[in-house]
Amino acid sequence: MTSHIFKPDMPPPSKVFGPVAWMRQNLFSNWLNTLLTLFAIYLIWLVVPPLLSWAIFDANWVGTTRADCTKAGACWVFIEQRFGQFMYGYYPQELRWRVDLTVWLAIIGAAPLFIKAVPRKAVYGLCFLVLYPIIAYVLLHGGFGLQEVATSQWGGLMLTLVIATVGIAGALPLGVILALGRRSDLPAIRVLCVTFIEFWRGVPLITVLFMSSVMLPLFLPEGMNFDKLLRALIGVIMFQSAYVAEVVRGGMQAIPKGQYEAAAAMGLGYWRRMGLVILPQALKMVIPGLVNTVIALFKDTSLVIIIGLFDLLNSVKQAAADPTWLGMATEGYVFAALVFWIFCFGMSRYSMHLERKLDTGHKR
Amino acid sequence: MKMLKSTLAVVAAAAALGVSSFAQAGATLDAIQKKGFIQCGVSDGLPGFSVPDKDGTIKGIDADFCRAVAAAVFGDAKKVKFSQLNAKERFTALQSGEIDILSRNTTWTSSRDASMGLVFPGFVTYYDGVGFLANSKLGVKSAKELDGATICIQAGTTTELNVSDYFRANGLKYTPITFDTSDESAKSLESGRCDVLTSDKSQLYAQRSKLASPKDYIVLPETISKEPLGPVVRRGDEEWTTIVRWVGYALLNTEEAGVTSKNVEAEAKSTKNPDVARLLGADGDYGPQLKLPKDWVVKIVAQVGNYGEIFEKNLGKSTALEIDRGQNALWNAGGIQYAPPVR
Repeated sequence: MTSHIFKPDMPPPSKVFGPVAWMRQNLFSNWLNTLLTLFAIYLIWLVVPPLLSWAIFDANWVGTTRADCTKAGACWVFIEQRFGQFMYGYYPQELRWRVDLTVWLAIIGAAPLFIKAVPRKAVYGLCFLVLYPIIAYVLLHGGFGLQEVATSQWGGLMLTLVIATVGIAGALPLGVILALGRRSDLPAIRVLCVTFIEFWRGVPLITVLFMSSVMLPLFLPEGMNFDKLLRALIGVIMFQSAYVAEVVRGGMQAIPKGQYEAAAAMGLGYWRRMGLVILPQALKMVIPGLVNTVIALFKDTSLVIIIGLFDLLNSVKQAAADPTWLGMATEGYVFAALVFWIFCFGMSRYSMHLERKLDTGHKR
Repeated sequence: MKMLKSTLAVVAAAAALGVSSFAQAGATLDAIQKKGFIQCGVSDGLPGFSVPDKDGTIKGIDADFCRAVAAAVFGDAKKVKFSQLNAKERFTALQSGEIDILSRNTTWTSSRDASMGLVFPGFVTYYDGVGFLANSKLGVKSAKELDGATICIQAGTTTELNVSDYFRANGLKYTPITFDTSDESAKSLESGRCDVLTSDKSQLYAQRSKLASPKDYIVLPETISKEPLGPVVRRGDEEWTTIVRWVGYALLNTEEAGVTSKNVEAEAKSTKNPDVARLLGADGDYGPQLKLPKDWVVKIVAQVGNYGEIFEKNLGKSTALEIDRGQNALWNAGGIQYAPPVR
């Protein structure tokens, strides 16, 4: 018996596979594409090398004062020196561990919710949602033997995160209730919810904040002053809940009528019908919309400059106005943009992951 | 629409009335003494006037003025809390009682003095005015030589009006380029898009220090508008207004008398000069007349300094701003800072 020896496989023809073929197909397929490709390469060459040399190769990395920035590139010393201010605002230096601890508690506390094997997630999650805000408030603001830190000293990334998380944590439940109310059969409730939503959606956030800081104090008796941050938070929650409500309502409208009828046919009351059948499906469907709202809110926090609160962006602005660091605005803004981008990109990646995980096949 | 307007006017008037009726003579000082500190409104970041440093301590001439008031009232310059306010909310904060004194580079004008339930005590912390920053390559020595120049202006400020008035009055032509922020206009001056940059003089120095080579630019000597910056208090409390006014005058009088933070304690004990003795409380009851402790001026100068020291520390040659005293020198040194005597 003669054994048959196969010849070794030939490499694929380089005109069909491989990087060269890919380039021929996608970048240089005709004269127009070739021209566009060359133009794009020229643009990259124009922008990227100077950018890299400014941000990395010619940048100043070590030092303590402005005088240490001798090279032509960016002066990252400024960011290094003011990093604490960008993160914590003017939170007292010796108490900043409390902010760190709050963040760690959030991460550690929320971790079990993301691990599959942990039992009784619902109960744990509920406890966490009730207990954590109290602990966080005490840690950040003081009380129970902890030294009090006025909210006027809060700032930087910490303030951004506080406004964004409290804003969304407050707006989500309120928004869901408003969405339910808007689709309710009871006219009084429906009119109330529609009015609320349309009012808050009809005014820009900047107006809400402005009213809360400039007009509200004039109507209150002298000496009675709400905390500025609290005013901002209430404004943000009201404003965002209207948006969340509309997003959720969109999801509820997409649920086929049969689902409502089937739930009713099983003898479920209104709350169980909504809570067990409709909302789980609706909320899952509107994840992209909700995340969109969260990201928009996260970035809108910078508007609190209007009422004299100093979030990340405004801390940067303020630090750049310091006579000892004049002219460092560009570095500061680049840094702020980077931090914002990291957070927003992270949120959008997480939402994509969540969509895949919860996907039970309603796709058409 | 008309009805809406009139309704709004009524509401605003009611608010203003309500606010002014709260202010009673003596109420502010009593309230301050009860709470134990002065709430002072400053800017949200203006180099040399009020800007927080790394640890959040507010530095600047406006902030130091509030410290001086605290030193006079409590004998402790640290008993002051700062509210950082933007231009829009500053007057509301004062009207509503959120702050006791507004020391935030606010220009003293008749309309602000008369119509908003506010009053300027009369002390001017800094005589400012619109000026020009020019590239020294132009060879220009005076603003009168700026015929045909391209000028960078910040949009929406009164500067725009001042410049157009000035050029029209002098029969000169110019091309304005407006920008939103001061950073942008500084960059355009550097890149040569405009020959001259205009802004309040105090800010021109800050702008100049942002440039890559500040030495190549000069601030022209002309000041084309009057912008006296000073503290503001609520209308209707004469006692508090008087205190604020005289704290300012005390800063000037001590500089004039040569009393500094270094020698004030010694002078208070052993001065032979009757003017200084009155000022420092060694003679007479001038502090208690103002409802302040006898040694109020000693506390101010020992803890904060006299006007000259405060100016040097925040704006002068030792800082990045390098501002000349100019109009802000004392009256007997070529400036216009003049204080009535303590007597």
